[in-house]
Order: sequence, then structure tokens, then C-alpha cells
Amino acid sequence: MLKVENLNLKRGDKQIVKDVSFEIPDGEIFGVLGTNGAGKSSMAYILMGSSGYHPDSGKITFDGVDITNKTMDERARLGITMAWQEPARFEGISILDFIMLGSSIKSHTLAEQYLEQMRLTTSEYRLRQVDKTLSGGERKKIELASVLAMKPKLAILDEPDSGIDMLSQEAVMNLIREIKNYGGSVILITHDEEVVKIADRSALMCSGLAFKVGKPSEIVNYYKEHCKPCPTKVYPAKGDKK
Amino acid sequence: MLDAYEKADGNPAIFKDAKVAHLLVHKNNIIGKHLVPGLVVEPKETKDGIDLKFKVLPNNKIEFPVHLCFGVLPKEGVQLINIEAEVGENSKVILLAHCIFPNAVKVVHKMQAKIIVRKNGSYSYNEVHFHGEDGGVEVIPKANIILEEGARLDTNFQLTKGRVGKLEIDYVVDAGKDSVVEMTAKAYGYGTDKISIREKCILRGESARGIIKSRVAVKGQAQSEVYSEMQAYGPNSRGHVDCVEIVQDKAQARAVPIVDVFVESAKVTHEAAIGSVDKKQLETLMARGLRSDEAVDIIIKGMLK
Repeated sequence: MLKVENLNLKRGDKQIVKDVSFEIPDGEIFGVLGTNGAGKSSMAYILMGSSGYHPDSGKITFDGVDITNKTMDERARLGITMAWQEPARFEGISILDFIMLGSSIKSHTLAEQYLEQMRLTTSEYRLRQVDKTLSGGERKKIELASVLAMKPKLAILDEPDSGIDMLSQEAVMNLIREIKNYGGSVILITHDEEVVKIADRSALMCSGLAFKVGKPSEIVNYYKEHCKPCPTKVYPAKGDKK
Repeated sequence: MLDAYEKADGNPAIFKDAKVAHLLVHKNNIIGKHLVPGLVVEPKETKDGIDLKFKVLPNNKIEFPVHLCFGVLPKEGVQLINIEAEVGENSKVILLAHCIFPNAVKVVHKMQAKIIVRKNGSYSYNEVHFHGEDGGVEVIPKANIILEEGARLDTNFQLTKGRVGKLEIDYVVDAGKDSVVEMTAKAYGYGTDKISIREKCILRGESARGIIKSRVAVKGQAQSEVYSEMQAYGPNSRGHVDCVEIVQDKAQARAVPIVDVFVESAKVTHEAAIGSVDKKQLETLMARGLRSDEAVDIIIKGMLK
């Protein structure tokens, strides 16, 4: 279980994340919906322990362990991992090796299965590297395959559907369901109201504040009514409650 | 010498393979030589090394890579290698050179090469170094290479096993019409190693194409400087310079891409990245549970692969 209490992060004068609190039990898909610049990715970086994103205040507990001051790799060894919105490019690292990096079993046969699961044909990709010859969508699918190979307890997926072709969208949704099915949790960060519908619960983020948490359908309705387009850039409006 | 060659990832069995040409030189002693049809190799022992005349006769494609092994096994020594090479018209050859200095405390290895690749010829030179941990080697390869019309040159220099010591690469290529140049140098320096890579490609002929690629990692107190120069004189010629240097600890690195274009229809681009390990690469690996030092190691090994 992940417990986030009163997280705050400021950059200069700007409050990037404001007093964010929520809990995610094991096996839950938790959506985080919001427009660009709402603070979704910043919150993801804080939860993963990314350099430069240590919260100014607040506490993060995972399976009863206070991880607020733990490094990224320490969090990963506790079972937390992340897929970035824009995956990294490497040189000299094969796709199959990359997929199995976080897995205790270093099997290329398994890696090939994960490739196929993400609709990447083994024959085309097994000898290639995670380098700049791959498109953004291909790198994204490979990174998601590496997340799945790790069998994380908590996967933070930052816009996992963006840049991915329509035919592979279902593969991404299946990956999220698979993590849930074995008891893992997913934080699904997105600005797409259709994608967030897969979640069990969702939060709406605006100006660094997770100001609504509830059923995805309720959150989506509110999002459609109030956030598209964002009328004032100063949500939540007066009178809105957490 | 063969033991050391094997430790440098060489396969000693190739020296018994009649289909594979080879030349084995320890200091100034030629200790093995085998030729195949189409190839003329005339080595001559000198006081401190060898003079080598190397020729691929016209219209000959040497089927298997020619294996060269140069080395100095004692702690001290000098090896000076002068090469005059010619690849004939419509000919092709691949050279794999292993340079082995496993025990060097004070060893100098100098190579001076003049190479001409005739019309539509192809010359691929791959040099892999295996050094010990004392850092007492000076490696100074210099080459002047001329490519005639339609010729192709590939060079791959790799010094990533053991201490570099002092490295001074200086290659100049003059590329004729429709010729293609790809030069890659990779080095990993640590301790007090000093790396200097100077590669210059002159795109002289029309539609000549060239790329200079450098990958260097330095840590400890090592220093590196990479000068990659691309000059485009030929109409419609295309060039690219690509340099990445990773710096750790108190090491220092300098990258100087120099691009000159002297004709309107030519185009030369460059990219250079110098600094610590890329944050996103590092964090991607750490998010899979790798410690910071393990992740850096994988990134650097990948870059130098």
C-alpha cells in the first residue's frame, strides 16, 4: 500500500505540488487526470525519488516503510518502478537486455514474450538496441515491457498511451490490467479522459493540487465540464472541496 | 604473444587457418605471416619496429578479415610501425588489428600510415587495444588516407580495456568524388590517462560523404580532448560530426567540433554532448533497481561497445 501525506514541492515562487494526500491499496489502478502543467509528472517524480524532486514537506510510506528519503534505486528494490512520458535513448544496450534489467530472471525468451505482448515482433526487434533508430512509440512500448518484466508492486506510468499507435493502445491497457491481476498497483497519469476510465479510482490534479478523488466517471465529468479548456488556469475554483 | 592475444579477446585459431591472412609482430620481430591470393604484404624489420608495405591487388575482394597483431610484452620497449597501404581499384579488404601491451610500464607504440584507396575500393580498419593497469603506454597512431572516386573507408579505434596511458590519434582523410568515410573512435580513460583524438575529414569530391564519431569516457584524473574536423569542398557533399564524452570524478574533457563548408550545395552538421551521465538514462536504470554506480557502468559500457 502507498500512503502519501501532505506532499509539497516549490520551484522558486511556484508551488508545483500542493499538499497532496492519497492512499492506494494493493491491486488498485489509481488514475491521475489533469491538463498539461497540472503537476502530474512532478508528483510522479517525487514518488519515484527522482533527483531534484525531493518534497519540501510531506511523507511517503510504502508497505509500512517511510520512503520519503530513500533513493530511487532503493524504492525500486522495494517494488516501485516508473515509465517516463518520454523514454530515454541509450547506446549499446540491446532491447532484450533492457527489458530484463529489473527482472530477477535474465531470460531473453521471456523478454521476447514481453515484446510480443507490446505488439513488437521479435524477429524485427530482437537484435536491435534501445537507441535513436527507434521511434518514440517503439521506445515507449519497450519501456512498458521492461516495467512489466520487473513485476512491480507499484508501477507509476506517466502518459503510457501517448505516442503509441491506436492498435497498440489495447496492449497498454492489458499491461495495466495484468499488473492489477497479480496484485500490483498502478498510478496511471494521463490527460486523456478515455484512458483514465480503466482506473478503479482517480484524482483530478490542477495547479499542483489533487483536489478531487473519486470514481473515474465522476472525475471525467468534472474534467470535461470545468477543465477543457481550462478557463482561468487557477483551478480549483472557489467553493471546490477536496 | 598468442596467450596475450587470446586475453585481448582474439582467437588464436585464426593463425592456423589457411583462408585467413595474418601478420604477427612482437616489438620489431615478425613472428608470423600468412597471405591469401590478391594480397601483397611485405614487412621489413627495422631497429625499433617494422616497415610494412600492404597492397590489395585490383579487382580482389579479400573474403576473410586480415588479422594483424602488434604487441610489446616486456615492461619497456618501443614499437614503430610505418605502413604504406594501397587498396586497388574495385578491391575490398577488412583489417582487424589487435594491439597488445599487457605489462607496459614504459612502452611507446607509434604508427605512421599512408593509405590510398583506389577507385571503388573499400578499406575497413578496426584497431582494438588491450593494455595493462600500469598506464605506461604511449599510443600514437597517425594516418593520412586518400580515397579516390567511389571508394569507402571505415575506421574503428577502440581502447577500452585497461589503462589508456597516453593516446594521440591523428587521422586525416581526403575523400574524393562519391566516396564514403566513417571514422569511429572509442576510449575509456582513468587514473591519469591522457586522451587526444584528432580526426579530420576533407570532403574534396562531389557528393562525398563523411561521418566522424567519437565516444570517450573519463574518470579519476583522466583528461580527454577530441577535435573532429569536417571540411566540405565538394558540391553536394555531406558530413556529420558526432561526439559524446562522459566525465566523472575530477576528470576533464574537451570537445571541439570544427565544420567548414566552402561550397553552397554542401552541408555539414555536428552534435556534441559533454558532461556527466545523462540523467534520464541513469534514472531509468535506477528505477529498475540498479544502484547508481551499476547504472553508470552499464551506460558507459553501452556507449563504448
